[in-house]
Order: sequence, then structure tokens, then C-alpha cells
Amino acid sequence: MTILQIVISGLLLGAVYALFSAGLTLIWGMMDVINFAHGEFVMIGMYVAFLIVTWAHGGPLVFGPAAAALLFLLGVGVYFSLIRHVIRGPMIAQILSTFGLALLLRYLAFWLFTANFKTLPESLIPGTLDIGGIYIGMPQLVAGVAALILTLAMHLMLTRTTIGSQLLAVAEDRQAAMLMGIRPDRMQAFAWGLSAAGAGIAGALIATFYYIVPTVGESLALTAFVVVAFGGFGSVPGALIAGLVIGVIQSLSAYVFGPVYKDVVVYALFVVILWVRPQGLLGRA
Amino acid sequence: MTTARMKVAAAAVVLAALAAYPWVFANAFYERMGAELLLAAIAASAWNIVGGYAGQVSVGHAMFFGAGAYAPLLVYTHWQWAPVAGIPLGIAVSLAIAVVIGLPSFRLRGHYFSMATIAAAELIRIVVSNWAFVGAAIGLMGPPVPRTWLDLSFRSSVPYYYIFLAVLVGLLGLTFMLERGRSGYYWRAIKSGERAARSLGVPVRRFKLYALLLSAAFTSLAGSLYALMVGFVDPESGFGILASVEMIITAALGGVGTLFGPLLGAVILVPLKTATNSLFGGGGSGLTYILYGGIILLLARFAPGGLLELWHRLAAGARRPSSGKARHAA
Repeated sequence: MTILQIVISGLLLGAVYALFSAGLTLIWGMMDVINFAHGEFVMIGMYVAFLIVTWAHGGPLVFGPAAAALLFLLGVGVYFSLIRHVIRGPMIAQILSTFGLALLLRYLAFWLFTANFKTLPESLIPGTLDIGGIYIGMPQLVAGVAALILTLAMHLMLTRTTIGSQLLAVAEDRQAAMLMGIRPDRMQAFAWGLSAAGAGIAGALIATFYYIVPTVGESLALTAFVVVAFGGFGSVPGALIAGLVIGVIQSLSAYVFGPVYKDVVVYALFVVILWVRPQGLLGRA
Repeated sequence: MTTARMKVAAAAVVLAALAAYPWVFANAFYERMGAELLLAAIAASAWNIVGGYAGQVSVGHAMFFGAGAYAPLLVYTHWQWAPVAGIPLGIAVSLAIAVVIGLPSFRLRGHYFSMATIAAAELIRIVVSNWAFVGAAIGLMGPPVPRTWLDLSFRSSVPYYYIFLAVLVGLLGLTFMLERGRSGYYWRAIKSGERAARSLGVPVRRFKLYALLLSAAFTSLAGSLYALMVGFVDPESGFGILASVEMIITAALGGVGTLFGPLLGAVILVPLKTATNSLFGGGGSGLTYILYGGIILLLARFAPGGLLELWHRLAAGARRPSSGKARHAA
């Protein structure tokens, strides 16, 4: 029974990992850029939720969309002011640009909100579900289900809609897409917006039960790296499956080795993936 | 004058200035800052071998620095050895980590290496923070008072200053030789286009790994020197992400893949950091890192080659406005 409990809570958290990793893998597959500030986007989503709850007493239906909208704008802004200029530059410029952005955002948050842990009131999404002796907190359930739906929606949007096809066309072959009348710049900006919005809403969702602190982005970004490497380069379905698997692995290792080692197991998995299956679960070689 | 001769002449001037520094600024505060400056230059020059010359950007070099910093204090704590005896241990551990990370990720795109380094550094930091044998969250201490001269424990910063200067000169001399030799050509080829380099017969993976091993060994040595001078290390100062950040920003500011770039970066950043810390006290460290993030971001956006390249570009532009860029690219 305990194991089932652990697996379910791992799956729910894993769905949130899948949501913010999907955005990371989208950018990576499309532009071959790794966003080191992706965890900071999640962190900002958490603080948006925190500020809206404390100042405006808004609920999840307010701060979820607000975080998504704000982070969408931030993502587009980052693309136009930074990424567009370094994307053709040397590798070091690509890595250092988002790495510098991550530090800037993290320590700005540090300066604005201090290092103190913050949490949202439990009464925000009250209750615990009891299914035959398995207890599931409502905040976790809402976050997990919403994240699952949003990740699937992102996948459907990429595969079934015109704008999704245009995005994938740019990812496949920028030159050919241009000849088809698609503006790559606009599509890439949209991808950055979408990716950041996913991270923001994921942050808002886990803010209801997770600790909120400026440095939270670092471990979340590393988790997303593992999910993306495991799921495969540029694959949203891969990120979904890998996110759920990593969530379960993390919960189980917290139970078996103790909570402090849950991230150690996940990061070690990254090195194992590099050695054993670098193309990931569903990735191309 | 050829570039190589100009570099030797510049090196002689810089070396003379560095050797004279403790006589010119003869008080404890400036002596200490000078030693910290040289240490930052050593660590950044070590990072520069793999991150700059070979173009494989590590964002987790703290794992080598930390291994180097922990080893001397570990052999002292458990077996009362002289801390210097731990230096080879730190280097051995660092080389082992470098092989485990480097071998698989150098088969893949460059981003995998960056991601692997930051994940490994964080993994090691968490393990060290929870492992009683290496002091867990509290860390390790060196000998409180020197037992023999072998402990290399001095009250003044000047002996450290000259030890660090000797190491820096050795490291830069080695880098200079490699830069001019076959390794330098191979690294430049790998950096400017891996596929092209491979098709020309450059053993890409092997030379990326050489760069990483060399870089890891010297970063570890920098960590050991830090531990000898400070006499204390904890998980944050040894393995924290900010230790990696300082190496990166120091090299990137001066100029990645250049011989004197990291030293120039240290000459600018260390006094700047000392000034912000004494201005704002402990609360200033957060502001320092906002500043660091901003500097790294602006460098990546406007001057990915760092200040040295910017200076060359401006100088070339002033001399020959039309062909300045083409000349520099060659």
C-alpha cells in the first residue's frame, strides 16, 4: 500500500516535471539551445502565484493564467533581446547567455524576496482524497492532472494545428520553412513564449504544495535536464513519459535512501543515460 | 614583431609587475587581495583550457575545485598528514570524475557536456553535504597552528602570493606551449567546427578529453591551494555553483581561449568583488551575483570573445576600418 501511495504521488509530481520539461525540449529540438534559465522561469511562476495570493487573495484560476501570460511575455522578450542574437554565435555565447540570465533572475529574486522559504496556505485547495487507504492531497492532484492535460494539449497543438506545423517546419528546416512563407523568427519567438508559459504555469501549480525559495530553480532545471535527456532530444511525448518515470524514481528513492538523496539518484541517472542510451527513450540518435 | 614574441614581451612585463606587487602594496589587506587575485587567475586559466581553447563549456568546474580543496584537509583530519600530501589525491579524484563525465558526453552535442557538468557538480555537492567522513554540512579544517613548515601554514599572505604566482606562471607557460603546438591547432579546429575537424582527421573525442583532464587537474590544484591558504572548506565554498560561476566569469570577461584573458579577468573582478563586499558587507554578496549574472549575459550578447577580443577588434577597426574584422578572423 505504501508503495502504491509513493508511486501515485511520484506520478503527480512527475506530470508537473513533464509540463516544464516539454517546453525545454521544444526549444532544444527547435533551435539546439539549452535554456539554463528554465528553472528560474518556473521559480518566477511560483512567486507570481505567491504574490497574487498574498496581495489579491486570488485563487489558482487567477494565478495560473496570470503566470502563464506573464512568462509568455518574458519568454518572447528573452528571445528578441538575447537568444536571436546569440543563436548563430559561438557555442559559448549560447550557453553563457542563458546561464547569465539564470544567475541574474535567481539573485534578483534573492534580493527582492530574501532567502526565506515561503509557502501558500493549505486552505487554497483544501482536502485530501481517500481511495481505499491511499491518501492524495488535493493540491497535488489538481497540479498533476492539470499538468498532464496541459502537456497533452501542447503535444496536440504541435501536431494537429497550423501554428504547430509551422513550428515543427521551422525546427525541421529553417530555410525550407522560409520558402513556404513561414517567418522563422516569429515562430521561434512563439516557441520561447510557449516554453516559458509552460514553465510559469508549472511553477504556479506546484507553488500550492511546494516550498517557494529563489534557489528552487536550480534543482528543478537539473531535473528538467534529466527528463529531456531521458525523453529524447526535442520530443514532447518523450518528455511526458520521462517526466512521469523520473517523478516515480524520485519518490521511490526518497523512500528507500532518504529525502536528501532523491535528487542524487536523479542526477546520477543523467550520467547513466549518457553512458547507456544517449539518444533517450524516444529520441533520434 | 611576431605574435609569439609580443606575447613573451607582454608576459615579461606582466610577470615583473606581479612579482613587485607585494612590495608596492605592502599591507595585509592588499597582500591578501593579491593572493586571491592570483588564485582566481589560476582557476580561470585552468577552466579556460577546456572551456576556452577546446570550446567545451563546463558549468560545473566546482566539482574539481572542491575535490582539490577537500583532499588536503581530509588527509590532515583523518591521518594528521601535512595537507600538501592531499594534493595528488585531489587530482586523482578529479581526473576520475573527468573521465566518467567526459567520455560519454564528448560523443554528443556540446550541450550535453554542459548539462552533465552541472548535474555532476550538484550531485557531488549533495553527497558531500551528507557524508560524515568528509565533514558533511560543516566541512573540514586545516591545522590551527603550523606544526612544521611542511604544513605550509603562514600568517602572512605573501608566501601564498609567491606560491600562487609560481603555479600561475607554470600553468600559463604550459598553456602557451600547448597553444602553439599540435594540441592548440586541434583544439581550435574542434572549436570552430567539430564535423569539419573530424573529416580532416582530428581525433576529436581524444583531444576534448585531454583538454578536460588537464583542466580538471589544474582546477583541482587551485582548490588545494585555496584550502591551504584559507584552512577551511565547506560544501558551498568547495562545490557550490558559485565557485563554477567565478571561474567562468573571470575567463569570459578577460577573453576565453586567450592566454592572458583569465588573468585580465581576475585583475578586474577580484578588486571589484573586494570593493563591493567591503561596501555592502555580507549583504552585498547577493548584489555581487546579480552583477555577475548581468556581466555574463552582456558578454555573451555583445562580446563573447571577452575584453581582449573587443580591444583587438576596436584597435583593428581604428587602424583599418574596412578590413578590420576579416583580419581578426584570420
